[in-house]
Amino acid sequence: MIEIEHLSKVFQDKNGRVVALEDVSTTIRDGDIFGIIGMSGAGKSTLLRCLCLLETPTEGRILLDGKDLSALRGEELRAARRRMGVVFQGYNLLMQKTVAENVAFPLKLDKYDKAAVAARVTELLELVGLADKAQSYPSQLSGGQKQRVALARALASNPGVLLCDEPTSALDPLTTQSVLELLQSINKKLGVTIVIITHELSVVQRICNRMVVIDESHFVEQGDTAAIFENPQSSIARLLLGKKEG
Amino acid sequence: MQAFIEEYGLLLLGGVGETLFMTLVPTLFAYVLGLPMGVLLTITKPGGIAAAPRFNAVFGWLVNILRSLPFMILMIFIIPLTRFIAGTSIGATAACVPLTIAAAPFVARMVEQSLEEIDRGTVEAARCMGATNWQIVTRVLLVESVPSLLRGLSISTITILGYTAITGAVGAGGLGNIAFRFGYQRYQKDLMYVTVVLLILLVCLIQGVFNLIARRADKRSR
Ligand SMILES: Nc1ncnc2c1ncn2[C@@H]1O[C@H](COP(=O)(O)OP(=O)(O)O)[C@@H](O)[C@H]1O
Ligand SMILES: [Mg+2]
Repeated sequence: MIEIEHLSKVFQDKNGRVVALEDVSTTIRDGDIFGIIGMSGAGKSTLLRCLCLLETPTEGRILLDGKDLSALRGEELRAARRRMGVVFQGYNLLMQKTVAENVAFPLKLDKYDKAAVAARVTELLELVGLADKAQSYPSQLSGGQKQRVALARALASNPGVLLCDEPTSALDPLTTQSVLELLQSINKKLGVTIVIITHELSVVQRICNRMVVIDESHFVEQGDTAAIFENPQSSIARLLLGKKEG
Repeated sequence: MQAFIEEYGLLLLGGVGETLFMTLVPTLFAYVLGLPMGVLLTITKPGGIAAAPRFNAVFGWLVNILRSLPFMILMIFIIPLTRFIAGTSIGATAACVPLTIAAAPFVARMVEQSLEEIDRGTVEAARCMGATNWQIVTRVLLVESVPSLLRGLSISTITILGYTAITGAVGAGGLGNIAFRFGYQRYQKDLMYVTVVLLILLVCLIQGVFNLIARRADKRSR
């Protein structure tokens, strides 16, 4: 379970303060496929970066299974990171390594047994349907295939939570469909909690059971996806849903 | 032609050998020093994985000072150090000391430039997977930048080759020495032209070989 409590993130740049998140709270339950939807610049990526500990919250805290993430240091911090898999917007694969080496990378960071790593890599590549691409390099793959490699890599260390930043926004509708199905089956088969950031309503509608709507650094609406789609309360949700005001 | 080769062939061959020696040995040691320096410059930058802005500013400043010293001055300035390390301050082996010292900061900047090319996101991804800073340096930064590092190696080697002409002029042997002794002091133009051609060939050879290796090593272009 992930509890986000009164989280704020303020950036200090040359032109002054940029408030990316202001006092947001929500709970992501185990087994959820949780959608975070909002327009560009709303603060979605910042939220994800706080969740995976790349940014330190300015205020508030994030609890992973009851443990305050921002209090962790050193080895404890690294262990917490291994319990969360992240799929980044631009995939961020190692371009000089093969698909198999990319997936093996997180496993090799720990003390590892070669045979066990090889077996795990094969298993993961089969899961994402890329067994035949093990020896290819990322530059030889399509966007959808790179996305699958990133997914396999994120799952390598058996995380309880998978965080995905805009996992489908660079993909065509057909590839989007297959990636969403894959995410759904990972959630069902492995019991992994999935957090999806997106600006596409259809993505949330298709696979998320719960969602928040984020707008200008605030959570303006949250709850069960079905209920929000049925009866959106915020004007931004209505706008996204294409429903008339009032 | 025949007579020229008979008279100067061995001399020139020896010159090529000495020049290669004075190029490759300092290149090796310049990387032993410059590679960690370049890594340090990169990771201590603001926003780097081991950000230490003050240290970075001071260190960057030192590197720049060392780089801006004219090689001739540096060579004379560090004669005591050269004596201490090489046992003497003249000859090809002794020349390797100032060549290394002069090239190391240059190499550091070349390495820094190569490491900068790596996408920030790639490093962040490794960090999210629980990598330590050491693992990020050895398994991400230095691996992802191999093609660029190799191209930098080619430029560094050629720069050091250029420096050897100066050490040659002050008596350390090599093609530079031959050009200086025969071309400048005795006014034998033919010999000087031949050494110039040989130097150009060496540069082309080094560049060709390293760039070929760099292209082969780059997995992005298949
Ligand atoms: N490192 C940063 N420094 C300054 N401002 C930032 C930084 N990261 C994000 N921001 C700002 O925070 C706001 C939210 O950004 P982001 O979370 O990337 O939005 P989204 O992912 O929803 O498009 C934007 O106004 C952005 O410019
Ligand atoms: Mg974003």
